[in-house]
Amino acid sequence: MAGRTTLYGLIDRNKRNTVFFVVLFALILALAGFVLGQSMGWSAGFYVLFGLFIVVYNLVLYYNSDKLALAISGARPADPAEFRQLHNVVEEVAIAAGVPKPQVYVIETDAPNAFATGRNPQHASIAVTRGLLETMNRDELQGVVAHEMAHIRNYDILLMTVVAIIGGLLILFRDIFLRWGFWGGGGRRRSSSRSSGQFGIIVLGAALVLAILAPLIVALIRAAVSRQREYLADASGALIVRNPDGLASALTRLGNWRGKMAGASQATAHLFIASPFGKDRRETSGPFDSHPPISERVRRLRELTIP
Amino acid sequence: MILLIIVLAVVVLGLLFLVGTYNGLVQARNRVKNGWHQIDVQLKRRIDLIPNLVETVKGYAAHEKAIFEKVAEARAAAMGAKSPAEAAKANNVLTDTLKSLFAVVENYPDLKANQNFLALQEELTTTENKIAFARQFYNDVVMDYNNRIQMFPSNIVAGMFGFKAEEFYSVPEAEREAPKVKF
Repeated sequence: MAGRTTLYGLIDRNKRNTVFFVVLFALILALAGFVLGQSMGWSAGFYVLFGLFIVVYNLVLYYNSDKLALAISGARPADPAEFRQLHNVVEEVAIAAGVPKPQVYVIETDAPNAFATGRNPQHASIAVTRGLLETMNRDELQGVVAHEMAHIRNYDILLMTVVAIIGGLLILFRDIFLRWGFWGGGGRRRSSSRSSGQFGIIVLGAALVLAILAPLIVALIRAAVSRQREYLADASGALIVRNPDGLASALTRLGNWRGKMAGASQATAHLFIASPFGKDRRETSGPFDSHPPISERVRRLRELTIP
Repeated sequence: MILLIIVLAVVVLGLLFLVGTYNGLVQARNRVKNGWHQIDVQLKRRIDLIPNLVETVKGYAAHEKAIFEKVAEARAAAMGAKSPAEAAKANNVLTDTLKSLFAVVENYPDLKANQNFLALQEELTTTENKIAFARQFYNDVVMDYNNRIQMFPSNIVAGMFGFKAEEFYSVPEAEREAPKVKF
């Protein structure tokens, strides 16, 4: 019972963190928008238009980010006849987790890996690579699917979607600023309104610093969140199927696979169960790594007692 | 006047508590019903899979009559079960006889390589896992529902409207240690 209470405590903390990050990112975004507007000398109407654009951008991505992630990874819907066992395992674990069965996708690559995406358990997808299906036995596959199901049930997939949306926006801001705000538009505006000369320079300086730092900060936060959530998903995945051994053995196999996944992308790396770049095969992880070391994850799983 | 407002506020708060608790209890009870339905679906599915499996095995091991009879008996008992407790017992027996059937299959390498048999084996494995997981989920929702009925203050509302505690779907002692079924 004790192990279980701590796990529920972890899930609660997970939810509080999600709120914290959403607020933090909203503030960063508002600040970035303000600096961008100041440096380009926007009128009030332009701010409203820009705000509207952000709302629409967020809504579109909120409903489509899962399709985007699946498309980037080259995932295709898994045929129920050809991938019978995979469909069966996903259905089993969904019953255990008490969530609807997610959509099932397969990625045609030799590297064993898997990820989950979506915005809530009702709109979720799990994608696994052909390499995973070929290297894992049934118990190990079940462990991997349970890990992904934990991401879905704990709403990690939503947070990752939010982080991706806002991270993308900040990079967009930076590009707009660097292209027009700093060199072009900003220069013209400044000459037309001399009164705000000093203030304009300060804002420009701040914008420049922000333009360089913001994507860096987002990358750091994304990596930290992702690392912490991998541990949590390991533990709650093991709890869902009441068996830590399948996942521990699957992770060991993932750790033994040397090499980079074909088509690996920084944009989706943090979604996968193991780093598609193979960086988590080392003994320690740095601040920009999206995954904790596999050896440490296996060690924590082996210590887990399931009630 | 102030007294009236206080009394009204207390009455409204009381009503809100009553409605909220009642709806929560109904939701928990529906979850239990739905959880039981989930188990039931999987138990029926297993019962449907057995005749096909037995036919396939018979094609290779026709003379193992004793085990076929045992499976047929256990299957009939599982089909006839009424209450959750009865169903749990009959289905546990069925699980055991299926294990001995698969133990017999070990002696027939040709059968073990048969595509049809392998597909049936996968279907049966997933159904067994679904039964185990549905049972686990059912017991979780039963515990949540029973807690609400027995804990203060929701126990008052539960008593007023006659909500009754539900039975757990029991697991035989031997299976507690190793809940995973393997063929």
